[in-house]
Amino acid sequence: MATREVVQPRVEIPLSTESLSEERIAYLERLVRQAKTAAAVFTQFTQEDVDRIVKAMVLAGLGQAQYLARLAVEETKLGVMEDKVLKNMCATEFAYNYIKDKLTVGAIREFPERNLVEIADPIGVIFSLTPITNPTSTVLFKCIMAIKTRNAVIFSPHPNAWHCCSEAVKIMYESALKHGAPEGVFSCLESHTLQDNAYLMRHKDVALIDATGGPGAVEAAYSSGKPALGVGPGNTPVYLEKTADLNTAVVDIILSKTFDQGTICASEQTVVIDDEVYDRVLKKFEELGTHICNERESELLARSVIDPKTGFMQAAAVGQKATDIARLAGLAVKPGTKLLISPIQGVGREYPLSVEKLFPVLAVYRAKSVDEALKVCIDVNHAGGLGHTAVVFSRNDEIIRKFGEVMNAGRIIVNSPGSVGALGAVYNDLVPTFSFGCGTGGGNSTTDNVNIYHYLNIKRVARRTQAHMWFRVPNQIYFNLNAVENVRQFPSRSTIIVTNPSMEQIGHVDIVRRCLPEGSRVHVSVIPDAEPEVKVIMQGVQELNFYKADQIVALGGGSVIDAAKIMKLKYESPEADLEELAAPFLDLRKRVVQYPTEKTNRVRLIAISTTSGTGSEVTPFAVLTDKERGRKVTLADYSLTPDVAIVDPQFVMSMPKGLTADTGIDCLTHALEAAVSSYGSAYTECNAMQAIRMVFKYLPIAYEHPRDEEARSQMHNAACIAAMAFSNASVGVNHALAHAFGARFGVAHGRANALMLPHVIAYNASVPTKFVPSPYQKGYLAHKKYATIADLLGLGGHTIEEKVKNLVAATEQLLDQLGIPGSIADLGISREEFERAIPELTKLAFDDPSWRSNPRMPLMSELEDLFWKAYEGRGLAKLVGVSQQLTV
Amino acid sequence: MAKIAVWLKIDEESVVKALQEAGEKMDTVEGEVALDFSSVRRIDPRALRAMEELASLADHNGVKVVLRGINVSVYKVLKLVRLTSRFSFVS
Repeated sequence: MATREVVQPRVEIPLSTESLSEERIAYLERLVRQAKTAAAVFTQFTQEDVDRIVKAMVLAGLGQAQYLARLAVEETKLGVMEDKVLKNMCATEFAYNYIKDKLTVGAIREFPERNLVEIADPIGVIFSLTPITNPTSTVLFKCIMAIKTRNAVIFSPHPNAWHCCSEAVKIMYESALKHGAPEGVFSCLESHTLQDNAYLMRHKDVALIDATGGPGAVEAAYSSGKPALGVGPGNTPVYLEKTADLNTAVVDIILSKTFDQGTICASEQTVVIDDEVYDRVLKKFEELGTHICNERESELLARSVIDPKTGFMQAAAVGQKATDIARLAGLAVKPGTKLLISPIQGVGREYPLSVEKLFPVLAVYRAKSVDEALKVCIDVNHAGGLGHTAVVFSRNDEIIRKFGEVMNAGRIIVNSPGSVGALGAVYNDLVPTFSFGCGTGGGNSTTDNVNIYHYLNIKRVARRTQAHMWFRVPNQIYFNLNAVENVRQFPSRSTIIVTNPSMEQIGHVDIVRRCLPEGSRVHVSVIPDAEPEVKVIMQGVQELNFYKADQIVALGGGSVIDAAKIMKLKYESPEADLEELAAPFLDLRKRVVQYPTEKTNRVRLIAISTTSGTGSEVTPFAVLTDKERGRKVTLADYSLTPDVAIVDPQFVMSMPKGLTADTGIDCLTHALEAAVSSYGSAYTECNAMQAIRMVFKYLPIAYEHPRDEEARSQMHNAACIAAMAFSNASVGVNHALAHAFGARFGVAHGRANALMLPHVIAYNASVPTKFVPSPYQKGYLAHKKYATIADLLGLGGHTIEEKVKNLVAATEQLLDQLGIPGSIADLGISREEFERAIPELTKLAFDDPSWRSNPRMPLMSELEDLFWKAYEGRGLAKLVGVSQQLTV
Repeated sequence: MAKIAVWLKIDEESVVKALQEAGEKMDTVEGEVALDFSSVRRIDPRALRAMEELASLADHNGVKVVLRGINVSVYKVLKLVRLTSRFSFVS
């Protein structure tokens, strides 16, 4: 096996038009103007109009198939008249059969489930080059495609096929005109020069070039700067594998290679035959009228049909009979010989017959293995046939698959003739065509069999899609005093209570222990009272494994419950990579990193909250602290949501005042952000609004009177209800700011939220500098929702602006009541220190995913501004923020 | 407000004739030429050529041609052959 690249363009069409006379330019301009007028008028036609015209044209073409075939053979001296009749009939009848029911005008396809409609628009004026090898059939085919798609065409036939082509255009045009097509819809250059082609290819009113021909024409088309369908030459390799039906294969190859004397560019060029069947195959060829050349004959043949200078086929041989070619080469062959076969030992310039041969001469190669056979086929494919056609004969599906993978060909024809197979609709279900797209391998824009859809601009009308939404919370939520007793109903052989030291000290762990079912082995895992670190999580997972736990009871605040969620994740799916799972995402349903669904262990998570703020007992979130990088890592997935939530106020009765205030404001922030979230829905808003009412009413009481059972109970429920809202609507920019600030300055989450809250309400209620893209909401509503909240709280006000101001004021008043510091400055952070931190804070806040559902997209400068407002303190919010503009 | 000197109702069957008639008045007309296309569903290449000629005559004589009631399909045809800028349109 030996190879060498041989591909060289044969004809170059100059793009210079300098030598055109004024008269010639006027003539060409007239053609374009006429076509342009016709194309414009054609846009008014309906589907029925074009279908009527197309049918008439097809019948006219069929009626003249023999006449045009005879003209073509007489003029070009190529091919076989009988085969050209068949080609003309394929170009009309088979094309019609494919397109007759296809819609090409107006709405052509609808996808109701995707809210998409495709509308077809014509291209306009098409400049079409047609080849000498398939002259009339190509013209008939292109005319039918053009009318079906309401386009006008200017034809430039190959100069040696001008008469038959112009006659084909005339037959099509007259038929089209008679049945209502616009005058001027087709025209044919009366004679042409390469300069004519260059002029038309670059004409501003020519919308598309459809060049079927040699590489020079195709390259010129693509070089013109116009959209082009350039389809070029091939060099079809055939792998005849040993499992193939040899009788079928040999007949198919002969019929294909001799069809119209091999002028179809998809026809077979080199057959690579497995060693095991090589001799038998050649014998069969011989029996069916093929002459097998010996070494000397092969040399003579190559010398006469391949140009030694260029390495390409001699034009004089194209489309000639095998006997004539033999005579030309000085070979003695039997009369009636159909095909000449020349064995070759490699591919490339040293093996002249390994290139494209559009005449009945076929190269054959004996391959010692599948591997060698595939490599030789690749070599042939790359020797001038990239992107075109390849053929395989085999009964082995694996071989066929492999062949398809390694060939660079728009058409891989299996167990059938290459030329007729590639034309489509005869031996297979390929789209019928007379132009083979060769993809980028052939320097083309498509690998398709060129068809009506390449003559259309298809527009897509995309209606707004109502995205699916959700409301997901734990299956079971038990609330009110002594709700913890419900734990008893869950069977368990081994339960781990995850908690922190204070819960043990004040006896809460014992309360839970008493509520566990009898016979359950119980182990208590005490973790530090802080946001969990990875090492704490992994210790917990070890304990879960050691005790073979089937139930976790998380008893504590948000940190404990978050830790238990992550322990459960790592226990059930030990391979889960927390760093990877924390990867950012925009839409939960489209996230890149998916949470594991394969579980090694199964464990139930019961969450008992001992603070009234985070609502972690019902949320799908968990926060880890990454101490090394000084940041928090947020995990979010509904698989993290606890299985059971217990909202029992007995566990919060002893909360200190500061914690009551901070967690209560955290709850209010959740509710306020969920209420205006761009991911919000009626399902989340009702929860958010209810939680806000409860916080404003009961938080001051719980703060002032910590033993007030009703206030504690209501605040505990409010935290859970707010969490159900933000679990499904997410939070907003307040959380993004608080996360960044809290992590940097070690300020508790609830307190950090409180410092930002009034400023964020004012900010969100103003007309956004940038809106957040959200398919869930129509219009900008945040300020109206804040006004609705003000109404719910009975804050008064007549206009939206007044109501928002009142809400900001009421929030500030609540913060004052709770003894929350008025500003970041009040925390003892100096202006200089804060100023130094601002760039990093702003960056962290912008990177935080929390704001993605904020109704207003924050700019970096706006985040910085909000930080500074929080630094300066509240009181400014109600004076400054809201008054900006509330005119949405 | 400019005076309408010629007002022609165009019939779909005789667009070319009507346009030629309008063109013949270009030399003498003083004011605008108004052509009512509200009955014209489609135009053909000959009508389009007649419109091009009318536009040229109007340009030459400095006459404003106002087309009334042109439907969207016909308007698109005029747009494709770059004729819309040479006429005025009223609905």
